[in-house]
Amino acid sequence: MRKRVGLAVAALLMATVALSGCSSGGNTGMAADLPRPERDPNVDTSRLSAELNVFTWSEYLPQSVISEFEDLYGVRVNYDTYSSNEEMHAKLKAGASGYDIIIPEIYMVKVLRREGLLETIDHANVPNLENLDARFVGLEHDPNNDYSVPYVWGTTGIVVNTERISPDQIQSWDDLWNPAFEGKLVVPDDAREMVGIALRTAGHGLNTTDPAALQAAKEKLKALKPNVRAYNSDSPKDLLLGGEVWGGVVWSGEAALVMRESDSYEFIIPPEGVTIWIDHVAIPKDAPHKYTAEVFINFLLDPLVSARISAEYPYGNPNKAAMPYIPAEDLANKAINPPSEWLEKAESLDDLGDDMNQLYDQIWTEVKG
Amino acid sequence: MKGKRDWLKLHAVLVYVFLYLPILILIVLSFNSSRTSAVWKGFTLNWYVKLFQNRLLWEAVQNSLIIATATALIATTLGTAAALSLHRRQIRGRLWVEGLLYLPLVLPDIVLGVGALVLFTALGVGLGLGTMLAAHVGTSISYVVLVLRARLADMDQRLEEAARDLGATPWQTLWHVTLPLLAPGILAAVLLSFTLSLDDFILSFFTAGPGSTTLPLRIYGMMKTGLTPEVNALSTVMVLVTGIATTLYLRLTQNRI
Repeated sequence: MRKRVGLAVAALLMATVALSGCSSGGNTGMAADLPRPERDPNVDTSRLSAELNVFTWSEYLPQSVISEFEDLYGVRVNYDTYSSNEEMHAKLKAGASGYDIIIPEIYMVKVLRREGLLETIDHANVPNLENLDARFVGLEHDPNNDYSVPYVWGTTGIVVNTERISPDQIQSWDDLWNPAFEGKLVVPDDAREMVGIALRTAGHGLNTTDPAALQAAKEKLKALKPNVRAYNSDSPKDLLLGGEVWGGVVWSGEAALVMRESDSYEFIIPPEGVTIWIDHVAIPKDAPHKYTAEVFINFLLDPLVSARISAEYPYGNPNKAAMPYIPAEDLANKAINPPSEWLEKAESLDDLGDDMNQLYDQIWTEVKG
Repeated sequence: MKGKRDWLKLHAVLVYVFLYLPILILIVLSFNSSRTSAVWKGFTLNWYVKLFQNRLLWEAVQNSLIIATATALIATTLGTAAALSLHRRQIRGRLWVEGLLYLPLVLPDIVLGVGALVLFTALGVGLGLGTMLAAHVGTSISYVVLVLRARLADMDQRLEEAARDLGATPWQTLWHVTLPLLAPGILAAVLLSFTLSLDDFILSFFTAGPGSTTLPLRIYGMMKTGLTPEVNALSTVMVLVTGIATTLYLRLTQNRI
């Protein structure tokens, strides 16, 4: 009997190895149909390094894109990951050197710039900057994009299971407080996002530091508690798809994944506006392979490469030239590509400093408590 | 009496269920065709296919194995030497020497990790596989010494004395008498430091640099952006491999006895 189990196990192992052998080279969905990008003749091969050290989120640069860059330019890409902007910041500050590419959010670009931890990007090496949508360049944190180039972006909105909640029931953020949703919502475990929403309902900005407004926001959030089934920032899609909640406040990337998985979900950004995040590619100070990093940034901005990234990961794409290569269903997905009018009142989160961050955290802890 | 035994049996079963149920669920979900772990959507081997194509995960596996193997070899060599000299020599302030050697066993890893990071930064050493290896070896030595000191305490001193009596040089005694007697302890130390290094998250987290991401670091990174059943598939493969290795080990040792 024992032997038979052993045999079965060995057979299973061999089957998986064989299977993986057959289908390697296959790719996800539409990405495979896109033509491959070509080598840029303007790249000065003699200045390229043998390696490029990328430090970013996991699942942020598709393997196919990395392999293509390696094949075209003969550079080996090392891909190391962090799980928050703060973690990356802490590592850079502690003197972790050797990274060539990082992808911080706007607020972290501000912090890194203030601390002199970023290199300037030589625009002569990144001609593809012109592919970017004008809405995403020359933003206040870096007016000439000397230090940072937009990579992907997203928002926070409300996702609803249309079998349970009609989208008409969500006209504004205030509708989350509807007693009909008792115990049926998931919201992120995130002080800035949640306090921000409460501030919005009272007509304040997301980066409010006024103590009275924050106090009122706290009371407002306490009133939301009966409707909240779970505080979950990392994987609310499990709760949604598992039917445990009917809807909730969810990051757009997560919402897009839910919507790819099931047709009965819809994404809504209430008219009072939302948070928007825009992650930027940047080069840390003293990066050992600066020129190669700039070639890599230019490569990421290639329309075909950019479309491939979008096919793989459901985030907003600031690359206008890539739009013709993005499938229509993704462009119609409001979590990936929200209508422009939804974004009119979108705001980025600012770094409010330690004291304010602490106050926000304290409010949020009290609300949950 | 019989009732008591039934309770014990039930207790034992529950312990095993508690230990293995999570692993069983993990294995089952590695065949789930849904990307999210919550809902069962049907059988697929897709995640295994993806796993074998995921270069980043395999690079992490490779880094983990390199670090763990090197740690096991270096730490066991250094630790064995330390244990032998502590056992043999009357060193002044020996209590202190030993105490300081065992301190890393009880110190929280986070203290050691931060300490290592501060040291490497102060020295201007670029973080990477080298710094991670140094940190792993540093902490593993304590475990090696602990294991071998126990083995040395059990060893019959008279065997070494007899060897010398019969004219063996100190080197010959070491190679032909002491080390063979210590072999089971040395093997245990190798396995222990290998596993500790393979498991380690905190030290690796602080001392990692470009291109040195190990498997625990990679999986942690995936938590935020998309833990897919690929990780389940990888874990299943690891369970299988360790299962087979353990079975082989048990077979081999049982046959010998």
